[in-house]
Amino acid sequence: MSGLPASYFGPGNSFLEFVRQAAPETLAGVTGLNGQDVAGTSNSGGRPGLAQTASATTIVALAYKDGLVMAGDRRATVGNQIASRDIEKVYPADSWTAIGLAGVAGLSLQLVRLFQLELEHYEKIEGVALSLRGKANRLATMVRAQLDLAMKGLAVVPLLGGWDGTRPRIFAFDVTGGSYEEREYAAIGSGAVFAKGSLKKLHRPAATARTAIRAALTALNDAADDDAATGGVDRARDIYPVVARVDSRGYHRVPDGELARALFSRGGEPKGDRS
Amino acid sequence: MTMPLYVPPEQIIKDRADFAKRGVARGRPAVVVSAAEGVLLAASNPSRALKKLSEIYDRLAFAAVGKWSEFEALRVAGIRYADLRGYSYDRIDVSARGLAGAYAQSIAAAFTGDPKPLEVEVAVAEVGASQAADAVFHVRFDGSVSDELPWAVLGGAGPSGRQALADGWRPGLTLAEAGQLARAALVSEGGGQDGFEAGLLRREVLGRAFARLEALP
Repeated sequence: MSGLPASYFGPGNSFLEFVRQAAPETLAGVTGLNGQDVAGTSNSGGRPGLAQTASATTIVALAYKDGLVMAGDRRATVGNQIASRDIEKVYPADSWTAIGLAGVAGLSLQLVRLFQLELEHYEKIEGVALSLRGKANRLATMVRAQLDLAMKGLAVVPLLGGWDGTRPRIFAFDVTGGSYEEREYAAIGSGAVFAKGSLKKLHRPAATARTAIRAALTALNDAADDDAATGGVDRARDIYPVVARVDSRGYHRVPDGELARALFSRGGEPKGDRS
Repeated sequence: MTMPLYVPPEQIIKDRADFAKRGVARGRPAVVVSAAEGVLLAASNPSRALKKLSEIYDRLAFAAVGKWSEFEALRVAGIRYADLRGYSYDRIDVSARGLAGAYAQSIAAAFTGDPKPLEVEVAVAEVGASQAADAVFHVRFDGSVSDELPWAVLGGAGPSGRQALADGWRPGLTLAEAGQLARAALVSEGGGQDGFEAGLLRREVLGRAFARLEALP
């Protein structure tokens, strides 16, 4: 007689913990916890897997008067080649939280899927959503579980921004699972240094959403200017960064038309310090 | 040497069924009704914390009556089943039929194999693109499943709730009408004196379609 296996009736509210027991094969190479390192077994010599994996790039997040903006560029690279011009790296983790990822593309997308499920799973089982700090801590644990892969050069680093019921909060992470709350702005990825320099000048805590969107886009363009692995606004192909707003009404993606207006309403390409 | 007392299998099954039926009948009833706006789930439930209705997945919901600890374990297992299936394949590959089958197997196994049968009845509801595509699976304490009707009455004392729905249900029923029908069925089964719990699988919503309702429509 089949039916639901015993592991389905165990305690706990974590999807990841459950899958580790019930179906570890679906996590192979993702969590680094079950000895099956699929991503690291490709035959590229030297550092395993590195030469064949697409990686992704610059994500910025900044708080404004009554919400936060998170933006990510659209480029994925493999070595010195461009693997994708329209990859998306900013996602809703749930209806109140945005997550962006820098690092190996395949693992990033997998981490997003798992994290989205983790939050949904908890909410369905417990009947209430996790607190924002709870979400950040959960994500930190998931990143830390991938430390083995990070040490092999397959790092994934997320950026989390959410509405905690009264105000926006931003959490940055490192590969060891360290979680750091940022008060005003944060950037991750290969172009983060340039983006942060830009945000330092452009960021206004009391700004409107539109000004914040413009600052985020300008920071990404600054990063794209100096970092080959970050893509800027591609007007020829009409490809814009993914920009998400999280405020008291929750997560919503900003349409490309609004991005174009925020960027170009004063005419001309945005360059460096102008806002 | 003493011989163990022989009890015929018919008697064992009957005793177990009587035991489970009594357990289920002690609880307050719940109903699932397909309506134009979606699939309505309603239960007679005095508790605000211990729920009998639940979201399972995008278009799937769960209703149960009987022993809370037992159907809560089934509810959690159902969420795990759905989430794992959606993760392994795709979100559209999670169906009420699959989950109802898994519940039926588990409940049937407990009915014959466990020290005592589960004192529960559960329903798995799925909202479709049109009302004709709605599905309501009703799994009883012995693991028997039925899905032929666009509504289900779980638990309760007698046939009156089923009669109310059999007489009153028709295709294209509005949510308000379905709410009245659900209320009538629950009350006729002896429920509803101390509050209702209600939820709706909304037909027009993409993604997670289940929403709790403050009151029965």
